[in-house]
Amino acid sequence: MAAKVVTVTSGKGGVGKTTATANLGVALARLGKKVVLIDADVGLRNLDIVMGLENRIVYDLVDVIEGRCQLRQAMIKHKQFPDLFLIPAAQTRDKTAVSPADMIQITDKLRPEFDFILIDSPAGIERGFRNAVASADEVLIVTNPEVSAVRDADRIIGLLEANNKGPAKLILNRVNPDMVKRGEMMSADDVTDILAIKLIGIVPEDEHVIPASNSGVPVTLNENSKAGQAFRNIARRLTGENVPFMTLQESGGFFQRLARLFSGQGE
Amino acid sequence: MSGFFDRMFGRSSSKSSSSLAKERLQFILVHDRINLPPERMEAMKAEILAVISKYVAVDQDNVDIALQQRNRDSLIVAEIPFSQSKDSTDEAKRRLGQDMDTPRSDQSGTVDEADDF
Repeated sequence: MAAKVVTVTSGKGGVGKTTATANLGVALARLGKKVVLIDADVGLRNLDIVMGLENRIVYDLVDVIEGRCQLRQAMIKHKQFPDLFLIPAAQTRDKTAVSPADMIQITDKLRPEFDFILIDSPAGIERGFRNAVASADEVLIVTNPEVSAVRDADRIIGLLEANNKGPAKLILNRVNPDMVKRGEMMSADDVTDILAIKLIGIVPEDEHVIPASNSGVPVTLNENSKAGQAFRNIARRLTGENVPFMTLQESGGFFQRLARLFSGQGE
Repeated sequence: MSGFFDRMFGRSSSKSSSSLAKERLQFILVHDRINLPPERMEAMKAEILAVISKYVAVDQDNVDIALQQRNRDSLIVAEIPFSQSKDSTDEAKRRLGQDMDTPRSDQSGTVDEADDF
């Protein structure tokens, strides 16, 4: 077995990197894959809490690097999926405690035992980002259909290309189909036109996401969640399966239907 | 008022904010990608025109120098028509003479200060 190392990054903070990493990890584990997640956001760890594993941490990534524990000891097994593990970031240290070479060493040790190694990158384009992409075979860029997030995603794409880490793939997160329909939000086509990279998933804005992280159970385990479905689809695409993009149908509010009736655009 | 009705009925106005977002992003990303902010681009355009005007008269009103994007590659596309009339050739010579004699007003201050060091 030789794992594929997939790094989830974004440039801008708060676009849903950690949520995406947690959900893809769980979704891949559900597909029967052996998965380890690495939180590379040293100093601002969050993947543990989103996964509901924050109470099980004994050792972290920096403990491994500095030789205070074996790699095995820092790997927390998921409650529900025995083949899903998390290596948490250190909370009391900063990004300089880890180097790109450290990340390559750790992922090389993990590769023979897993199908997927998912790395949650910190925001920004500094050391933490360089650590996170150092050993990546594939990079997923999370962005929102919003000018600042798209601009930062473009910066990341440029940096990855300059370092021969491209071509990255795009996860467009928090898409509101009604707003797209009204011309108040850029569509997936708009964003891929601008960034000129391939899309691997469109995740709709979904009220199930926050309750899911509230309880530490990634939303992809909720069968009723559209965002959860979108993450399950991305996971299948990561395994090489060809999954068509889901159609984000509009909810069709009363006034919109009325307007369409009057303007003769009935569908 | 029509904007109010447009919003009420979920109708998109003549120019939606999403297409505005796309246009603004496309403009700024061309500059971001080659690390040439719009203000530096303006300075470069002025310099390109000054060089060309040294040799031929340029139809200043119809100059078009812009950055373009083809996939993720950037290029500069310049359309610089020459001026036909002899008058404007003389004009170009006269202007060039001026440029040679007097430093550009926006730079003169810094040049003087630099000389003091």
